[in-house]
Amino acid sequence: MIKTSFISKTVSELKPSGIRRFFDLAANMEGVISLGVGEPDFVTSWSVREAAILSLEQGHTSYTANAGLLELRREIADYMHKSFEVTYNPADEIIVTVGASQAIDIALRATVSPGEEVLIVEPSFVSYAPLVMLAGGIAKTIQTANENEFKLMPQQLEEAITPNTKAIMLCSPNNPTGTQLGKEDLIKLSQIVKKHDLLVISDEIYSELAYDESYTSMAAIEEMRERTIVINGFSKGFAMTGWRLGFVCAPADIASAMLKIHQYTMMCASTMAQYAALEALKNGGSDVEEMRSSYRRRRNYIVKSFNEIGLDCHTPGGAFYAFPSIRLTGLSSEEFAEKLLMEEKVAVVPGNVFGDSGEGHIRCSYATSMDQLQEAVKRIGRFIEKYKVE
Amino acid sequence: MHLNEKELEILSIIETNSRIDISDLGKMADVPESEIELTLQKLQEMKVIVRYATIIDWSKVDEHQGVTAMIDVKVTPKRGVGFDEVAQRIYKFKEVKSVYLMSGAYDLSVIVEGSSMNELARFVSEKLSTLDSVISTTTHFILKKYKHDGTIFDQTEEDKRIVVSP
Repeated sequence: MIKTSFISKTVSELKPSGIRRFFDLAANMEGVISLGVGEPDFVTSWSVREAAILSLEQGHTSYTANAGLLELRREIADYMHKSFEVTYNPADEIIVTVGASQAIDIALRATVSPGEEVLIVEPSFVSYAPLVMLAGGIAKTIQTANENEFKLMPQQLEEAITPNTKAIMLCSPNNPTGTQLGKEDLIKLSQIVKKHDLLVISDEIYSELAYDESYTSMAAIEEMRERTIVINGFSKGFAMTGWRLGFVCAPADIASAMLKIHQYTMMCASTMAQYAALEALKNGGSDVEEMRSSYRRRRNYIVKSFNEIGLDCHTPGGAFYAFPSIRLTGLSSEEFAEKLLMEEKVAVVPGNVFGDSGEGHIRCSYATSMDQLQEAVKRIGRFIEKYKVE
Repeated sequence: MHLNEKELEILSIIETNSRIDISDLGKMADVPESEIELTLQKLQEMKVIVRYATIIDWSKVDEHQGVTAMIDVKVTPKRGVGFDEVAQRIYKFKEVKSVYLMSGAYDLSVIVEGSSMNELARFVSEKLSTLDSVISTTTHFILKKYKHDGTIFDQTEEDKRIVVSP
């Protein structure tokens, strides 16, 4: 008979993701309009899919270099330079990873020692805190506020830093709030980061989906390249979520530490996906531009519509999420999301699963067709009429 | 003529959905509703917006009979008016749906529609080839339309995403 649990202490202490419960609820219902999807509604463009097929026909089925195809790393270096004016050496400063998620994992594991704190700005993507814990670090959260449009304020950062703080995770444009940190915001934050000698792990996966202000990478801010790990990938901007392909750029010493983990745990990213990504970077620019315009229009539509039906919603600068307040109903995020699903068959994600400061909000992905968005707005409007208490 | 960013945005949206509600169009383009009406009116007057049309897949309709042909036409351009005069003589026929001046092996590409192959054959032999400037014609009948004006007729790609994801 087994007397002790075989599960490690660290893993037993991890909370399961709050999103899972909503998936289970929504997955078994008919006629649901889902605003709960955290991925593009575009299928990967045909030229990219075609390039992957060609790579298979040509027999590119073996491993690549640990860090990825050199040709792809060169394209990534080129892309980083053209898009963000940051220079990385494809030979030893870029690693192609299995999605941006794996890039975050190796970035944390390569830099965080047991007991060191990593600051996480909430509401945030659900993986950050668990990944910090798996790396042996301590996840310390900072709660941003609706009245600041969920931007991290410099004094909040200053106050959260302790002698134990090693790094801060930033994500702009943010999942779930859509909030984008502009150049001025980044400069202010960078001054504090430099003062306390911290590392920034900058999740820039939504950088292609910035609608109002041209995108600035944290690594492009003065003296930040040497203390920034840039996470990016093909999932969101190039609509390639299922390919699982991301990349990480960092100064050579950090990149080489990450590569150690990567070579032991992953060997290399999928070869076929790397060939597809090569095509996406070489010729995918116009597809990205088209998708960006389409998201921008839908963002404009949903934000205006939400405000019209009484949901207070700031205009998110990027990504494909709106994060309206549901305070006027007096319901908690979980209650709101559950009742909305049961009564109007619209799936949204309750804001609290992204952190305490997400309570009182819901995440609505507008990466779905205009027809569906129009119907969803109608249903949510009806729901608000029924539940508003103000 | 030069259009501003908002006008271009409006055109880009209605190009694929001319039936969109004015208020939704205003929200998407971030332009007040009243201004949308004025802009559309102006663009119509300028003949930038020429017509609001619908793409119909007639092959699904049993009652519909008709054939379409693309005709490559070689012509002799005339001094002073170039190809314009002969193009005009051709596009005035009601059977003619489109006329384009082409680069390459022939001059005009003419798309014609009729109720039968016979009717189109008659049009080509009696009306088109007998025009003074027309040197030769090559007629291609369209057998099946897969994609028209950027729209795939039998698009079957449904949403394959899981309903809720982080």
